Amino acid sequence: MSVELSQVTKEYPGGVTALRGVSVAIAAGDQVAVVGPSGSGKTTMLTILGTLERPSTGLVRVAGHDTVQASDGELAGLRAHQIGFVFQAFHLQESMTAVDNVATGMLYTGMPLRQRRELARAALERVGLGHRLDFRPRQLSGGERQRVAIARALAKRPAIILADEPTGNLDSKSGAGVLSVLHELGSDGSTLVLITHDSGIAAEFPRRLHMRDGEIVEDERA
Amino acid sequence: MTELALPDDRSLPPRSPDGPSAPIGRARLPLRELFGVAFQGLRTRKLRAALSALGIAIGIGAMVAVVGVSSSAQANLIAEIDSLGTNLLTVSPGTDFLGNSAVLAPSSVPMIKHMLHVQSAAPIYQLTNASVYRSPYVPTEQTGGIGVDAASDNLPAVVGTTLSSGHFLGAVAQRYPEVVLGAQAAATLQITQVSGHVMLYIGNQWFVVVGILNPVKLDSSLDSVAFISLPMAEKVFQTLPEPTEIYVRSTQNDVTQVANLLPATANPQDPSGVSVDRPSDVLEARAAAKGQFTTLLLGLGAVALLVGAIGIANIMVISVLERRGEIGLRRALGATRRHISLQFLAESALLAAIGGIFGLAIGAGATEVYAAAKNEPFVVPLYALIAAPTAGFIIGALAGLYPAAKAARLSPTEALRA
Repeated sequence: MSVELSQVTKEYPGGVTALRGVSVAIAAGDQVAVVGPSGSGKTTMLTILGTLERPSTGLVRVAGHDTVQASDGELAGLRAHQIGFVFQAFHLQESMTAVDNVATGMLYTGMPLRQRRELARAALERVGLGHRLDFRPRQLSGGERQRVAIARALAKRPAIILADEPTGNLDSKSGAGVLSVLHELGSDGSTLVLITHDSGIAAEFPRRLHMRDGEIVEDERA
Repeated sequence: MTELALPDDRSLPPRSPDGPSAPIGRARLPLRELFGVAFQGLRTRKLRAALSALGIAIGIGAMVAVVGVSSSAQANLIAEIDSLGTNLLTVSPGTDFLGNSAVLAPSSVPMIKHMLHVQSAAPIYQLTNASVYRSPYVPTEQTGGIGVDAASDNLPAVVGTTLSSGHFLGAVAQRYPEVVLGAQAAATLQITQVSGHVMLYIGNQWFVVVGILNPVKLDSSLDSVAFISLPMAEKVFQTLPEPTEIYVRSTQNDVTQVANLLPATANPQDPSGVSVDRPSDVLEARAAAKGQFTTLLLGLGAVALLVGAIGIANIMVISVLERRGEIGLRRALGATRRHISLQFLAESALLAAIGGIFGLAIGAGATEVYAAAKNEPFVVPLYALIAAPTAGFIIGALAGLYPAAKAARLSPTEALRA
C-alpha cells in the first residue's frame, strides 16, 4: 500500500507547529525508518500516516484514499483493515491472554471471534510465541510482550505497519529479537514505517527519513 | 531469535488489493462483541464495578422490597377472603323502576332456599325505630349507633363467622327475650362476655345477652347490630318485618348463575327491584387498593437509585480518564468514535443491570424475611424479575451518556503518547 504526504503541516492548539511542510511518498512494500531527535515531528507524522489525526494543511493519501476528506467512519475502517500499529508501551490488556490480545486487534473488522482467535494463534506462531498462547502479559518478558503486540498488528495482514519506538522499552537483546520479527514482515510485502532515535537500528533499514524541527531533512536510501 | 518459522499462508485472509480504487472496508463492532468488550472492561476492575453497582442494587432492592411486601400482604388478604368463601351473595331490596325503594316479600326467603345450587340462606330483618340501651334510664337519643335486626338461627354459619362468647339465637330465643351482639356493638356497650346475665333494654323489654359474635369480615355492617329472633321481634314490636338482606351461600362453581337467577326468584313481579351483591368482590377490590405501593417508600428507593446512578456516572468519568491509553489503542485498531462511546455506554448499562439483578435478590430476600415474620405468603410480582434488571440497564445507560460522550471526544493519539 502506498502512502503519500504532500506539503503536510500540523499545528496544535497553542501554536505548537509539529510538521512544517512534509512531502514524502512511501511505496507498497517499502521498509522505512524515521530517525530524528525528540520533538522533530516523527510521532506526529506517524499519527497522520495512520489516519489518527488529520493534517492542518496539505494532502494525505493512504492506499489511494484522501484521508483529509474521509469521514471518521471511513478512516476507522481503513485502520481496522489496512493499518497495524505497534506502540512503545505495548498497550496489551492485562486481563486477556496473548491469543485474546491479538484477537482484539481484529475486533473492529467485524470478523467472528472464532476466526479472529484462529488468525491470532497463527500470528503468534509467526512471531515465535506459539508456546505462550494462553499466557497473560504479566507472565511474559518485555520482548515477548512486544512480539504479542506485533502479532496483534500483523494478524489481520494489514497493508502497512506503523511502529513507534517498538524497542524503546526493551533491552538490546529483546530489541534485536523484536526487530528481526519486524524485518521478517518485509518478506511478505508489508509496508513498514518504524520510528526510532537509534541510528544503529535505522541503519538496518533500506530507506531512512531523517527529521528535524518538523521537516524531513534527508531521504536516504541504501 | 534469528530464524522464524513462517507458516504457510492458507490460514490468513487474502490481502486487500492495493491501488487507488481499493474500497475501504467498514469498521464494525457487532452487538455481541460490544457487550463482550463491556463485560471484559468490568471484569478488569471488579472491586470498582461491585462498589458502583451496589448503589443501584440498594435502590432497586428497596423498590422490589416495597412491591414484594405489599404484594405479600395483599396475597395474604386474598387468601383470607378465599378462606371465608367467595360464594356468599347478598340479596337486598333495590329501587323499582319508578325510583322508589322496593321491598322484599317474606316469601322470597323460602323461594331462595329452594333454588338449585343454593346451599343455605339467612335473612335479616332490620327493625327501624328499635334501639339498644343498657337500662331504661339512658336517654333515648344515646343509641350508640347500634341497630336491631331480627335474624334466623343460621346467620353466623352463612356469613362465615363464629361466636367469641356464648351461643347464637336458638330454640329458646324464639319464645324468650334473648339477644346476641355483633362484635362492634358489644364493644360499644362494653360487654366482653355473656356470663352473669347481662341484660339490655330493647323496645320496652329486657333481653338477656346470650352471645357475642366475632367480627364478620365479609360484611362488617353486621358488627354494629344486636340480633333478636324473628318471633320475638314480631311480639315486641307488633310488626311483621320484611327481609332487608338475605345472605345466600351457593355452591362454589355456580355463584354467577345463582346471582343471575336471584332477582327473579326473590321478586318474580319486579326482578329489577332486587339488588344482588357479592361481598368478597368488594373486599378483593379493597385488597387490591391496599396492595398499591407505599409511595413514600418507593420515593426513598428512587432517591437511592438516583444516588447510585450519579455514582456510576462518577466512576465512569474517572474510568474514561484512566483508560485514555486503551481508548487510543482501540481507535488505532479501527474503532470509530461511536464504537468508543457505545463501549462505555454498554459498560455502564451492564454494570447497572447487574446491580439491578443483585437488587432483585436483596428485595426478594427482604420480602422473604418480612413474609416469614408476619406469617404471610412470599410474593414478588413476576414483572419485577424483568423490571429490576431492565430498570438498572436503562438507568446505567443514562448515567453513562456523559462519560461515553467524553470518551468519544478523547484524542485517538493517546496510545502513542506513552
